[in-house]
Amino acid sequence: MIRAFLFLIAFTLPAMAQEGVSVDVIPPGGTAPDVQSLDRSATGGAPTLADIMARQQAQREGQDQPVLNDASRAADTGGIGLPITDDLGTLGGASDPELWRGIRFNSIPITTQQRGPAATVLIQDGGMTWLKWRAGPLRIWGGILLLVTLALLALFFVIRGRIRIEGPRTGRTLLRFKTYERFGHWLTAGSFIALAITGLLVLFGRIAFIPLFGAEGWAPVAIASKWVHNNISWAFMIGLVMIFFMWVLQNIPNKDDLIWLARGGGIFGKGHVPARKFNAGQKIIFWIVILGGASLSVSGLSMLFPFELPMFASTFGLLNDWGLPQLVGLGPLPIDLTPQEEMQYSQIWHGIVAFGMTAVIFAHIYLGSVGMEGAYDAMGKGEVEEQWAVEHHSIWAEKIMAERDRPGNAPAE
Amino acid sequence: MKTMFAAFASALLIAVIAQVAYDNAGFSSAERQAASSVRLN
Ligand code: HEM
Repeated sequence: MIRAFLFLIAFTLPAMAQEGVSVDVIPPGGTAPDVQSLDRSATGGAPTLADIMARQQAQREGQDQPVLNDASRAADTGGIGLPITDDLGTLGGASDPELWRGIRFNSIPITTQQRGPAATVLIQDGGMTWLKWRAGPLRIWGGILLLVTLALLALFFVIRGRIRIEGPRTGRTLLRFKTYERFGHWLTAGSFIALAITGLLVLFGRIAFIPLFGAEGWAPVAIASKWVHNNISWAFMIGLVMIFFMWVLQNIPNKDDLIWLARGGGIFGKGHVPARKFNAGQKIIFWIVILGGASLSVSGLSMLFPFELPMFASTFGLLNDWGLPQLVGLGPLPIDLTPQEEMQYSQIWHGIVAFGMTAVIFAHIYLGSVGMEGAYDAMGKGEVEEQWAVEHHSIWAEKIMAERDRPGNAPAE
Repeated sequence: MKTMFAAFASALLIAVIAQVAYDNAGFSSAERQAASSVRLN
């Protein structure tokens, strides 16, 4: 008891003294010393009083705390159970400060009865970086991306208007997508939209929902969003596999795509660019959906089963070996990641890919509905107006019509 | 349209099946992170 009391006094006295000193030395509004240029030889590289005051001042002014170069401290962690032939500290081979530094920098082996891979990491800095990244750039740039995409689509609508079927309608239709194809499309589309809405809710709930509806209003929405996001993901993955197998052959690039791209898909000029079942623009959408969707699925699974599917250390290792990060001016990416950091990278990547894909899907939804007359029928009914097919997918339409009209073939219903 | 709604309904059904699977897969935090000796149920 007395020892605990003395201990308390011993620890609070210097702290109180520091408060006093900091007020004396740096008046509010005064400038803090440049933390990187401080002489720390007296403390062996550890924070000095000036460091502490700089940190406190930044805190008072609501600024980011100065980043100290703590490499020397991180390296000076002794080790548990060093041979007693070395200088003895309070714990034998290692001293208390060394032990605490080892915990601080996650560099000593920790054993615990707690199960789970993350249990032995007591302090990891990645958490703050990640938290700030999620609350800052991800929300800001992701939000801007989606709003700008919507604005551009609105602008496109104003300038170009709805892309109409130009020629006279024939009243005849061509079968474009069979029932199972439309089922696969809507399974993917329905689940993607549910995932996009609930993902955005989870990301923006704290800043957009709570101020409007309060924490009590947010709680059930958060629980529902989480349930939908975790569970509907399986429908999305199944739909993605269906889409891949149904349409991959028709989405392999060929020379027609170059012509289509060179003429910008004919979107502004008069006349139509020949295309097969899928034009180059659609093929791009297809591959973005497949590759982006696969990447979203994998990073999502890695978060769904925490710590079970770490993959960033090995991915970073591969990238480093290929020299890609070095090529774009980044140093080699970290390959020694704590389990928590693996999860943080999964979230970062999941967020980036999700925003990118959602922006692309906005454009897709626009063209598949209001943007182009006659397009929606392809996925709604499965049958499209013959004139629409001739205008937008001439090579495909001619082939289908030739098959239909071949003598001996029953007329299409 | 019918196909679209059938797909949406299937997505929900798949979600419910996923929940049952999660509940039985032994992947809850409690089951992954703690030994049975420290759990009350
Ligand atoms: C309300 C939302 C959506 C509508 C109205 C819509 C509409 C359409 C239509 C009409 C087509 C056929 C185009 C044609 O006949 O050539 C199509 C194709 C396709 N859709 Fe969707 N879609 C929606 C959402 C989605 C979502 C969320 C995804 C994926 C995440 C998706 C992926 C695809 C793919 C990969 C194709 C084939 C390639 C292409 O035509 O671009 N769709 N969609």
